[in-house]
Amino acid sequence: MSVTRFRFPFVEMPEAAIALREEVRQFLAEERENGGFVPMADCWASAMSPEYSRKVGQRGWLGMTWDKKYGGHGRTFLERYVVTEEMLVAGAPVMAHWIADRQSGPQIIKHAQPHVRDKVIPRIVAGECFCAIGMSEPNSGSDLASVATKAEKVDGGWRVNGTKLWSTGAHGCDYMITLLRTSPPDEKARHEGLSQFIIDLKSPGVSIRGIADIGGQVHFNETQFEDVFVPDDYVLGEVGGGWKMVVGELALERSGPERFLSSFIVLQEAMRLLVNDPSEKTRQVLGEIVAKIKTLRRMSLGIAGLLEEGASPEMEAALVKDGATLFERELLEKLRAILPQHVLASSSGLLPAVLRDGILRVPSSTLRGGTNEVLKGMIARQLGMR
Amino acid sequence: MSETGKIIFDTASRIFEDLSTAEVINAAENGQWPEALWQAIVESGLTLTWISEEAGGVGADMLDGFAVLKAAGGAAVPVPLAETMMAGWLQAKAGLPVGSEPMSVVIGGLHWDGEVLNGSVTGIPHGRNVKNLVVILDSEEGAIALCCKADDVAVRPVAGLSGEPWDTLEFKGVKPDQLGALQDGVDEAAAQALGALIRCAQASGAMAQALELTIQYSMERVQFGRPLAKFQALQHSIAAFAGQVAAINAATDSAAETLARNNRVDNDTWVEIAAAKTRLEEAVNEGAAVAHQVHGAMGFTYEHQLHHLTRRLWSWRDEYGSDAVWSVRLGDEVLKWGAEALWPKITAVSNPR
Ligand SMILES: Cc1cc2nc3c(=O)[nH]c(=O)nc-3n(C[C@H](O)[C@H](O)[C@H](O)COP(=O)(O)OP(=O)(O)OC[C@H]3O[C@@H](n4cnc5c(N)ncnc54)[C@H](O)[C@@H]3O)c2cc1C
Repeated sequence: MSVTRFRFPFVEMPEAAIALREEVRQFLAEERENGGFVPMADCWASAMSPEYSRKVGQRGWLGMTWDKKYGGHGRTFLERYVVTEEMLVAGAPVMAHWIADRQSGPQIIKHAQPHVRDKVIPRIVAGECFCAIGMSEPNSGSDLASVATKAEKVDGGWRVNGTKLWSTGAHGCDYMITLLRTSPPDEKARHEGLSQFIIDLKSPGVSIRGIADIGGQVHFNETQFEDVFVPDDYVLGEVGGGWKMVVGELALERSGPERFLSSFIVLQEAMRLLVNDPSEKTRQVLGEIVAKIKTLRRMSLGIAGLLEEGASPEMEAALVKDGATLFERELLEKLRAILPQHVLASSSGLLPAVLRDGILRVPSSTLRGGTNEVLKGMIARQLGMR
Repeated sequence: MSETGKIIFDTASRIFEDLSTAEVINAAENGQWPEALWQAIVESGLTLTWISEEAGGVGADMLDGFAVLKAAGGAAVPVPLAETMMAGWLQAKAGLPVGSEPMSVVIGGLHWDGEVLNGSVTGIPHGRNVKNLVVILDSEEGAIALCCKADDVAVRPVAGLSGEPWDTLEFKGVKPDQLGALQDGVDEAAAQALGALIRCAQASGAMAQALELTIQYSMERVQFGRPLAKFQALQHSIAAFAGQVAAINAATDSAAETLARNNRVDNDTWVEIAAAKTRLEEAVNEGAAVAHQVHGAMGFTYEHQLHHLTRRLWSWRDEYGSDAVWSVRLGDEVLKWGAEALWPKITAVSNPR
């Protein structure tokens, strides 16, 4: 039922996904109990544990939707959705594998040379190989087509020089999917001459320097390439076809549950305190928050359903990311306002830690993966305004 | 949408487009009952969309009725179609025959002594325009529906924010024609929830239509040598508006689907409705503000059709309980779930049934 331009169909989880959810919940409960992890806010971008990622791989929960013939598990988008949302809500340390599982793997399967694909994909699925995204640079943020890091043709491959910035998790990754200039910029055709490479971060000439964020934590990096040699077969897809690939990649990653569940752990922990003698304001805030989460989940899951059908709901995905990331800020602002002040001052306990970390991660949610201003521009284009 | 659903929806849209014109809507606000529009609605069976074939209805899916309500909201139809559908659904739940005259619903607020109704109620939509009133009361013997002739009730006309009748009704020893015990757990609270969901559906349609008008206007109106649509500030506020339209439609669909599936306002349905009505307020506030801002002074005139939508939206966000009411109720429910059940409750919505 819909009389508007937007479609977020009802999605009923298949039985397999329900059984899987129970399995994942049990795994998470055991892991937590055995000290396998301490829940963290914004875990998908700030809690890195290769050991944990290996366990997730062993369970068969990485590369879930990828074809079995490439080493994936051939399961549905909805089953993957269940696994990811459960992990996020638990605040589990999923950062190491997040990007490889969400976007690099699918790109490699689609565009890499078969022998490169066969070397990398099974290791991603096993939770033993992690990827970073090398798009942004010191002088290229929203204006991604202006990247200056360049690859020059040499015998048998390419020589790469330049600097990538903000590459999340690169310090713990094996590869970076890197957007490079393979021919000089042309002001009349800005999106041409760009290519994506799979760069082995252990290659000579690569240096990675961690950058502390506002909370003093190191999660993203500056990655420098100095005469780094990349063999021809590590070019992703066509030379010069990088822009289209990047645009598709970003569209794919936009509407997942990580856009509105990064701080769910804060809400859950806060509830333990708020159930005691709640004020009218507390009740109102909780009602408003839950109304929004339910709505966002309906929308995000609806998009997963559309992807399952083979549709590409780009405008819907952009709308979800815009609304969801704004909600992440609203959630923490509202929770903070109804919690007693001593919570933030407390040095022990889960709630103070996740609340503090959550608040300090807030500015990143409307920046990473394309800012909300850029998103709104895309929505306006889809609405026919530009 | 089913085949029947598509036919019903297309029929409704055509009638609204032809007969719910700006002149008709303005005339209705100024007291002129749009008889042609109402007749077309009745003749095509739209008032009976929620009534089963056995009860004399058209045997459509309940969701088809919600699609009609979205279309009606988008067309700002100035007749009590939503009220009549709601009254009919409640009559059917009390085993009473369902009429096709214009009807409205009164939920609580009256005294029933077993013989007659007494008391006064405010804000009754289309009070002066209807033939029958369905009164829902939680009595000691359980919830009941009482049908009264509107002629037996004294009407004090009041105009709501939308310009539609929002009347005060005086019941002085009114003897109902018919009375029935409500089934399926329907009571005052359930009727309230149904009303809230109906307003969400109308508002979803009105929001979508206001967005279309706004996009269109931004592409036509030229200032500084360019269409307004080319200014980034407006692109961004209209994109945010689109996000609100998407959200309220998604929240409303979720609630309507749950009601259609369960055919009663059980706890699951109530929670979905509470979430949708809570979500409505921000959607309306942001959406109507952008719509008016983009339309400039032209959109502030009585002559322009925008107010048909925005004034209704401002009224509907409060009718059957505002965000302040529903969010607190939902918050109470969430606190009852507690920290551990919170997430399982949220994911249960997509479980198979
Ligand atoms: C935590 C975190 C992790 C990240 N991880 C990665 C990663 O792994 N890999 C990677 O490649 N990048 C990553 N990024 C970078 C991210 O993609 C960029 O921050 C983002 O694209 C914006 O670029 P910028 O920071 O240079 O801001 P700028 O582009 O300089 O923008 C600054 C401000 O100006 C606004 N602005 C810019 N252009 C316009 C315009 N045309 N119209 C209106 N407003 C405009 C922006 O919206 C923003 O508000 C990460 C960023 C963060 C915060």
